[in-house]
Amino acid sequence: MEFSYEVEGGNFAKAGNAASGVKKVLKQLNVDPKIIKRIVVALYEGEVNVVAHAYKGNVLVDIDTNRIYIKIVDEGPGIPDIDLAMQVGYSTASAMVREMGFGAGMGLPNMKRNADIIDITSKVGEGTVVELTTKLTS
Amino acid sequence: MKVSDIIEKLNLKVTGGDEGLQNEVTGGYTSDLLSDVMGNVDEGQVWITLQTHRNVMAVASLKEVAAVIIVKDLEADENTISQSNDEGIPLLSSSMEAFELSGELYKLLNER
Repeated sequence: MEFSYEVEGGNFAKAGNAASGVKKVLKQLNVDPKIIKRIVVALYEGEVNVVAHAYKGNVLVDIDTNRIYIKIVDEGPGIPDIDLAMQVGYSTASAMVREMGFGAGMGLPNMKRNADIIDITSKVGEGTVVELTTKLTS
Repeated sequence: MKVSDIIEKLNLKVTGGDEGLQNEVTGGYTSDLLSDVMGNVDEGQVWITLQTHRNVMAVASLKEVAAVIIVKDLEADENTISQSNDEGIPLLSSSMEAFELSGELYKLLNER
């Protein structure tokens, strides 16, 4: 089962739409609520990253009986140093984004903690691809 | 204890999400950082915050909190209230500040 969501850079009103949609589908599939929560946390953080940092992005979701695969692709500034970006507390978010309670440098670490496998590739000046894979059975 | 009980005992105002007033409250979490709440709040807890924008309700819904309480009589944005109604998650407000309100809620949830 495959579906995709558009994410608009700067549009915080829509942040969470993909996570909310995926949550509904996984509930219908009777996936363990604990696993659903991890997936939803990781995906929400990914959406917020696109909204806060990129110009636009796309979330591709592929679900089969054993696992969920999520690919978040954005057109944006890219991440010059991924190891640094993975550190808790490191953030390049704007003052406006921080005022909203985002940009605390917890997004990528939260994503790592809540996915079985995370792969990040990025090109400065072009964009970032984050791939998340999580098993649906415990 | 239900959301309606804490509203009465802590003298809270209901701003939205009436549908969820019978939600069971299992605890609380106080934070203004959305990623911190995303990572740490548990289902059924009451989330205490000073944030008023609609992403609060997105996080509240994804994490299935029992209710959100906005402190210091801060006014929630219009679309925060409408999303609270859509999700059926109570949006409450208090004149207390976060420290005081967290203490009162803690006392209430732990008294026998």
